[in-house]
Amino acid sequence: MPDEPITSKAVAGGPAQGGPQRSPAQQRFVDLRRTILDRFATGFAVLMAVCVVAPLLAVFGYLVVRGVGSLNLAFFTHLPVPVGEQGGGVANAIVGSVMILAIASVIGVPLGIGSGIYLAEYGRGTFAALLRFTADVLNGVPSIVIGIVAYALVVIPQKHFSALSGGVALGIMMIPTITRATEEVLLLVPLAVREAAWGLGVARWRATLSVTLRTASAGVITAVMLAFARIAGETAPLLFTAFGNQFWNFNPNQPTAALPLQLFVYAISPFDEWHRLAWACALVLIVLLVGAVTAVRLAARRGVFQGAS
Amino acid sequence: MRNLVEAAGFPQNPPREPGTAAAGSRAIPLIPAKTSKIPDRAFAVAMLGCGVSLLAVVVLIVIELVMKSGLSLHAFGWHFFTTSNWDPVAGDFGALPFIYGTLLSSLEALVIAIPLSIGVAVFITEMCPRPLRGTLSFMTELLAAIPSVVYGLWAIFVLAPLLRAHVQPWLAKYFGWTGLFSGPPFGIGMLAAGVILAIMIVPIIASITREVLTAVPQQQREAVLALGATRWEMIRVGVLRNARTGIVGAIILGLGRALGETMAVTMVIGNTPQIAKSLFAPGYSMASVIANEFTEATGDLYLSALIEIGLGLFLVTIVVNILAGLLVWSVTRGTPARVRA
Repeated sequence: MPDEPITSKAVAGGPAQGGPQRSPAQQRFVDLRRTILDRFATGFAVLMAVCVVAPLLAVFGYLVVRGVGSLNLAFFTHLPVPVGEQGGGVANAIVGSVMILAIASVIGVPLGIGSGIYLAEYGRGTFAALLRFTADVLNGVPSIVIGIVAYALVVIPQKHFSALSGGVALGIMMIPTITRATEEVLLLVPLAVREAAWGLGVARWRATLSVTLRTASAGVITAVMLAFARIAGETAPLLFTAFGNQFWNFNPNQPTAALPLQLFVYAISPFDEWHRLAWACALVLIVLLVGAVTAVRLAARRGVFQGAS
Repeated sequence: MRNLVEAAGFPQNPPREPGTAAAGSRAIPLIPAKTSKIPDRAFAVAMLGCGVSLLAVVVLIVIELVMKSGLSLHAFGWHFFTTSNWDPVAGDFGALPFIYGTLLSSLEALVIAIPLSIGVAVFITEMCPRPLRGTLSFMTELLAAIPSVVYGLWAIFVLAPLLRAHVQPWLAKYFGWTGLFSGPPFGIGMLAAGVILAIMIVPIIASITREVLTAVPQQQREAVLALGATRWEMIRVGVLRNARTGIVGAIILGLGRALGETMAVTMVIGNTPQIAKSLFAPGYSMASVIANEFTEATGDLYLSALIEIGLGLFLVTIVVNILAGLLVWSVTRGTPARVRA
């Protein structure tokens, strides 16, 4: 941490300094000015905090108010209905989202945890630094660009949109997040724990999996859940990979509906009935995401995952 | 230590012969009867393979983007990024309106988000009563967890009408002379895009700024307070001045996020490829043109032009993110590589 020399000049008008002598009246004026400035700064920070929290409350408030009124059983069990008809649901989109997220997790979780293990346990030198850097770069790539790449890699050779291509796009997005978080929590495990295992004659791979990874499992599970929450609401890469579907589809090789996609379509449509469904989609999505994130936080704090593997 | 070993699954008692499993506790013995180097090597190679996949993905992204945009790169060259004609029918493509829209909306977002996020970070680290601190951090993190498309929905139905009815008439009345706030107030347009982007990047900038502020040593604060400083003077001299490099890094990281943001912007920016000075006018951004037109692109040149926009977006966000990463790293890792302002 860089330490800058603190000069008395920096604290303008502070009492503990040399310089010209002030008359008591002047000093009172300076003190008053400093106090006012201090109060003003405090007020500003409080105001900013309020301004940050306000949109959050506004978003949640509107979601709950508009969403709850739109939710019913049909929303979860029915297919979308054509414009002009009342009712209908997004059952196929919920199933589609589950399918796409499952494919993404199958790709993203093992690769992410694996690279995290590599970086934490074997990662020394330039190559590991390059990998860390690559993970950070990949983390910053806009999701829509990942979508283009999944389109080029999966959709073009297959010549049709599919849940698979959507899963590939989201899976790629999971890898860097899980990698860096896994590395971080594995490095928190004290070396002594590994040494204890090695000292007993445990093979290195076994020690890594059964001792180091297991000790850090709470952190790893949290990392996976956060990465999952991040991709669960992603829409942009699905636009031209999963594409969407008005009907049931259980084949991962066919165009598939997804909850965020359906939400997008409903939101930009000009129909009131569809707007209602959009709010309902948003509420369901948010409840799932926030529920998952909060549950994992609480569980990790209570140590529920300790020893679970 | 003992707890860790227990949690790690070691049998606590009694001492036993190496190579024998604790009866009934697990099927595979933790300590093998005879050791071999092969599983260790295989494991290391497998983990290395996972790591290399990261590298492979980034290389693939570059290759695919360059190859698939080859047609457009070849046809328009550098002119692509400097001309403003976007005419899919005539097969004439120029990306300038989209670049303008992306830059302007991100700039707006930064102008709004910087005071907000630094203010909230300072409040959380320096002023906030302890019980409130956790709640407030959690709330800013929740803001980051809301998906982009949900922000977009909220912006269409809540933010845009609010801007149209109250904010835009006020801005036009008092700041109309700048030329930035002229024309009919639609609600939907550059202003709405900037505001929703600002709301989305505040949690990113705020959380990193908070981290950086926490990294400032406590002695710095105490030293300034000992000189008789007020709290604001302590924050300004002892904290912000030391953390400024990291704060700049946090801001640039927020910029990187704003540049690539797609859904929320697409839903409120108005989707009109034009370069207008007024923030009330609709615009278009690089990410939203890809989102809107990719599946409808007829012809290879059209698709290739869209992918070239994607390539441009990729390169810009990479540069921005690397810069930000270096700045944040230089503060939080305590290296002397610091830009004197």
